[in-house]
Amino acid sequence: MSESVAAEHDYIGLSEFPTMEATTMSDKTKTKDNNNVDDNALNFKATELRLGLPGSESPERVDSRFLALNKSSCPVSGAKRVFSDAINESNKWIFSPGSTTATGDVGSGSGPGSSVVKDGKSTTFPKPAVPVKEKKSSATAPASKAQVVGWPPIRSFRKNSMASSQSQKLGNNSETEEAEAKSGPEQPCLYVKVSMEGAPYLRKIDLKTYKSYLELSSALEKMFSCFTIGQFGSHGGCGRDGLNESRLTDLLRGSEYVVTYEDKDSDWMLVGDVPWDMFICSCKKLRIMKSSEAIGLAPRVMEKCRSRN
Amino acid sequence: MGLRFPPKVLEHILSFIDSNEDRNSVSLVCKSWFETERKTRKRVFVGNCYAVSPAAVTRRFPEMRSLTLKGKPHFADYNLVPDGWGGYAWPWIEAMAAKSSSLEEIRMKRMVVTDECLEKIAASFKDFKVLVLTSCEGFSTDGIAAIAATCRNLRVLELRECIVEDLGGDWLSYFPESSTSLVSLDFSCLDSEVKISDLERLVSRSPNLKSLKLNPAVTLDGLVSLLRCAPQLTELGTGSFAAQLKPEAFSKLSEAFSNCKQLQSLSGLWDVLPEYLPALYSVCPGLTSLNLSYATVRMPDLVELLRRCSKLQKLWVMDLIEDKGLEAVASYCKELRELRVFPSEPDLDATNIPLTEQGLVFVSKGCRKLESVLYFCVQFTNAALFTIARKRPNLKCFRLCVIEPFAPDYKTNEPLDKGFKAIAEGCRDLRRLSVSGLLSDKAFKYIGKHAKKVRMLSIAFAGDSDLMLHHLLSGCQSLKKLEIRDCPFGDTALLEHAAKLETMRSLWMSSCFVSFGACKLLSQKMPRLNVEVIDEHPPESRPESSPVERIYIYRTVAGPRMDTPEFVWTIHKNPENGVSHLAIK
Repeated sequence: MSESVAAEHDYIGLSEFPTMEATTMSDKTKTKDNNNVDDNALNFKATELRLGLPGSESPERVDSRFLALNKSSCPVSGAKRVFSDAINESNKWIFSPGSTTATGDVGSGSGPGSSVVKDGKSTTFPKPAVPVKEKKSSATAPASKAQVVGWPPIRSFRKNSMASSQSQKLGNNSETEEAEAKSGPEQPCLYVKVSMEGAPYLRKIDLKTYKSYLELSSALEKMFSCFTIGQFGSHGGCGRDGLNESRLTDLLRGSEYVVTYEDKDSDWMLVGDVPWDMFICSCKKLRIMKSSEAIGLAPRVMEKCRSRN
Repeated sequence: MGLRFPPKVLEHILSFIDSNEDRNSVSLVCKSWFETERKTRKRVFVGNCYAVSPAAVTRRFPEMRSLTLKGKPHFADYNLVPDGWGGYAWPWIEAMAAKSSSLEEIRMKRMVVTDECLEKIAASFKDFKVLVLTSCEGFSTDGIAAIAATCRNLRVLELRECIVEDLGGDWLSYFPESSTSLVSLDFSCLDSEVKISDLERLVSRSPNLKSLKLNPAVTLDGLVSLLRCAPQLTELGTGSFAAQLKPEAFSKLSEAFSNCKQLQSLSGLWDVLPEYLPALYSVCPGLTSLNLSYATVRMPDLVELLRRCSKLQKLWVMDLIEDKGLEAVASYCKELRELRVFPSEPDLDATNIPLTEQGLVFVSKGCRKLESVLYFCVQFTNAALFTIARKRPNLKCFRLCVIEPFAPDYKTNEPLDKGFKAIAEGCRDLRRLSVSGLLSDKAFKYIGKHAKKVRMLSIAFAGDSDLMLHHLLSGCQSLKKLEIRDCPFGDTALLEHAAKLETMRSLWMSSCFVSFGACKLLSQKMPRLNVEVIDEHPPESRPESSPVERIYIYRTVAGPRMDTPEFVWTIHKNPENGVSHLAIK
């Protein structure tokens, strides 16, 4: 199923080196898609779990580094257990079939597998009596990428404190001199958190990088397609290969999901109702929710639901 | 040995020796010195609670008054150790309650402490004075209430970053109504509100109170009235500052602070609005320690504050201080000894915060007494490391976290090998080192060779091969704790340097290439090491050559432990018996 999505994409794309996973996860089909070279219509690269700052070239950089330094005298044949495995570990249980609510936190929020049930089997890491309370972490721990467990090395206490206090803080300090020279409230970037119902972690996007609702919408679709595939993978044979962009569009826009946002007055509104400029000024956070949940937001939503039924 | 001291004389001499390292050396001289030393040691430190049994400790040190215990490996702080691994305080409390009833002080770090433990402490030690729990878990505010109610001579109660089941603020009302001997109270990690009136009354009847650290639930108003009750405080952790700024609130706060003429340490400051910072100006000139790491305040406001702190020795701050702010620190805070800069965004993709390696270079150049650094930064350069090493050879602790794994020197695209070589070579007194960024095996050759005094070394996403571990274990004379994650070395170096492991407290390895077969071999070869394989899957379900998820190796005289959970596999010393959860010798 979609379980293979995150795990199979060795994010560095070094498919020629079999990872350790190969020996243990024989049921996973580590096929042609280890190579991320062909990212055509599906464009998994955008959702790929990877390191580095947005727009940075870290995969390539690591590539060359790997090639340069790999005189590898790794005693265990060939395989270099790279960063992807760390991510893989933490994601192993995310897309397990049947585990909808038990996806728990990715990465730093909880110990590896400590609050995750893997297919309901008994070989789980023992759950503490009150997992969520104990670790003070919840599915709302902000994470714009899949976090590697325990990286960067910040104590959970600190992470949780920052998470709660930053819920209202948008934007970052200006980084260029010109931006500093500007007076007034205009912010050079506008980060908002995007959450999606059923997804185990949040993303963060800079609204200023989009010029229109269309751009925003397609970006969101790309970002969250892995989750929708997870949701719909078993329906109607949407294998990874079979899905293309227009299908994604249908999934997100057409039927099950709507994009909503919380505005300055803490009201939840449907995205698309106001002019774009007004929207980016008032949007505090985004949420992709099921249409059924969005009833009452705006008449348009109600119509949508009615027409579906 | 010709020279013999009568025990009394030796006892008298030993009364001047506090350092446990020295006392350990004393105890190795001869049997009678061992006996005298053990009977006079009052402060006992156990760095790994599984290295020795509680019975052995209570037996050896009958006059123990203070016990410090550490449980889980350090990487547990970053969620690398699954819940339920161990580190239970109960066996220790039980043993001490039976044998060392005159115990007065317990300090524990990364241990599981239950309410039963706390109740037992309260019931068993008549003169109990000090309880400090750091990064502990497993108890609730009921346990705290038991301590408060029963320990009449309690002086110190500090809960530092613990995970506590918070059942409400009632625990505070359990302190005795008569005056208390409290010197230090820290409940900053608790969530729920305490009644301010209870707190005020407690503070008023605690004339010796010097250190008070509130939780975020305490409001500004509460803070003001508390400061009025306790102007003698030397250490203060505020509650939350997130309140709308009202002019009279500000002036009240200002006044309250200006009356605290002895304040040396300030922390808390959650959600502090920049408009409130001027209220703190009056205490700045006296501050030696300032923790702004939870204050989301930006650079200009930070600098306004910091330029008044000329005596500052310890500064914890977020990267919102930027390079510019650190430049200011370098010129105003000449007494600075410790600097920690935390990322304001914990996400990997974070930030446009203009904090670079330059900030640390400024401070290294300007603050001559700087000896301890923890610095999170997105990327770094070798040149910066050269400068830091050259300017600050007196560094004792250098922890650099380049947030982007495998990040090379971003100006030259080379690994950071040479930079860390400079640090290891130049900083002769370095005791603790954390490395990051792109590092090849060479870096570890330098570290192994030059970092002669490093006792604790942390490594992540580094190295190319077994050579890396080989360099470290064949060098690093003083190495006591080594923790490694996500590095590509395997079995060879580990097995080759097995003997070194007995000279160390512990070795942690996760997501490396060490095989189960090697763990077995190591365990069988080294009877005084506990080799724990922490893995969700039974190691025997896979080929012996496949790597295990996590390994924790530590020296012990207590034998294999009996309280391992199902995901911790210890290996029978007897090869035929294979592997189990309970490795019985």
